[in-house]
Amino acid sequence: MTPSDSTALSVTLQQHGSDILEAWVADQLSATTLRPDLMTAADLRAQSREFLAALTDALSRSGSRDTEQPAWGGVRDLLRSISEARGGMGFTPTETATFILSLKESLFRKLRSTVSDPGRLADELWGVTTLLDRLALHTVEASIEARERLIARQQQDMMELSTPVVKLWDGILALPMIGTLDSARTPVVMEALLQRIVDTGAEVAIIDITGVPTVDTLVAQHLIKTVTAARLMGADCIISGIRPQIAATIVHLGVDLADIATKATLADAFRMALARTGYSLGPTRLPAR
Amino acid sequence: MDRIPILKMGEFLLVTIQVDMHDRLVLQLQSDLTERIARTNARGVLIDISALEMVDSFIGRTIANIAGMARVLDAQTVVTGMQPAVAITLVELGLTLSGVRTALNVERGMALLRALLDDAAPVVEGSRSASDDGDDGRQG
Repeated sequence: MTPSDSTALSVTLQQHGSDILEAWVADQLSATTLRPDLMTAADLRAQSREFLAALTDALSRSGSRDTEQPAWGGVRDLLRSISEARGGMGFTPTETATFILSLKESLFRKLRSTVSDPGRLADELWGVTTLLDRLALHTVEASIEARERLIARQQQDMMELSTPVVKLWDGILALPMIGTLDSARTPVVMEALLQRIVDTGAEVAIIDITGVPTVDTLVAQHLIKTVTAARLMGADCIISGIRPQIAATIVHLGVDLADIATKATLADAFRMALARTGYSLGPTRLPAR
Repeated sequence: MDRIPILKMGEFLLVTIQVDMHDRLVLQLQSDLTERIARTNARGVLIDISALEMVDSFIGRTIANIAGMARVLDAQTVVTGMQPAVAITLVELGLTLSGVRTALNVERGMALLRALLDDAAPVVEGSRSASDDGDDGRQG
């Protein structure tokens, strides 16, 4: 690509920038892909003007159309923010890319009227097409990136949210497990529990698995490991919240939980834990008749 | 430091491990401790490993062995103050130290030892062989 190619586009944009913007906005407003429910015409016009200005600036400062060059940094940043903003408003990545690609039509029309030589016009159009395609792909990539960041953050949040260790009583801790236990989560859960046992000097820890959807041999293995590690440190573990189906699964799988105290509900486990630490529960007065 | 001190407190022996263990040290501890149990007729052994930050399978196994030997010599063993990382390592190594009693700290360990001895005192074990000559000073 020779500098003269980009100069023609650059000159066209500089000289007829406002015409192109008007035509582009008009195209977008009349297109079937317009989403008036998500974005007002004024916002659309502002966004179009911003992108066109950045594009003109990058073209005039950089000799080439290689969008990876530093001079294109402003355009890339703008596309990323447009993509994120539009993603937040509910636009699909396709619609965001279409926003960039829709510039082609008005740009082609303007170029056709300014470049008379057919050979040069074809080269010019080809250059514009590849440039805008690349920029549109940028927006798609940016929206994928944003989504991946979101997923990673949610995973992290879930990991932290799902391992609260709560103190029920002096010397009694409870760990209500929510979600699937896998080999990534179990060490986190196990360490959180053991650390809290050290910190609080708890004698009994209740692991409540009411929120664990399924128990397979691997999950059972993880539970046994956690209980054994707690026992090595000198704390007793009780597993509670075992639903009838899960009890059946455990027996069918042949998992041996014989050495581990198990209770059907957290309340039963709590009563047992109180008994072990030397407390007992009873009504403070007789119930009214 | 080439051996770990063993302190006698009444009828208990107290071992606090304050340095990183290596194989020879733990074997030395094993022979010292069994010898001391036999000589002093100790009824309970408390091993505090709260300062121990790393274990390997050999040390884990030897601690289990020490507890087993102490039991044969009629002394209850309590391991106290195990760090979470150590506990996880032992579990991952498959060493569950079954038969070893554990407590969170020395204070609880001592209380546990006393409770164990109180429970064990009235029991008459008829199946004991005549070879337990280390048991002469046994009370109750």
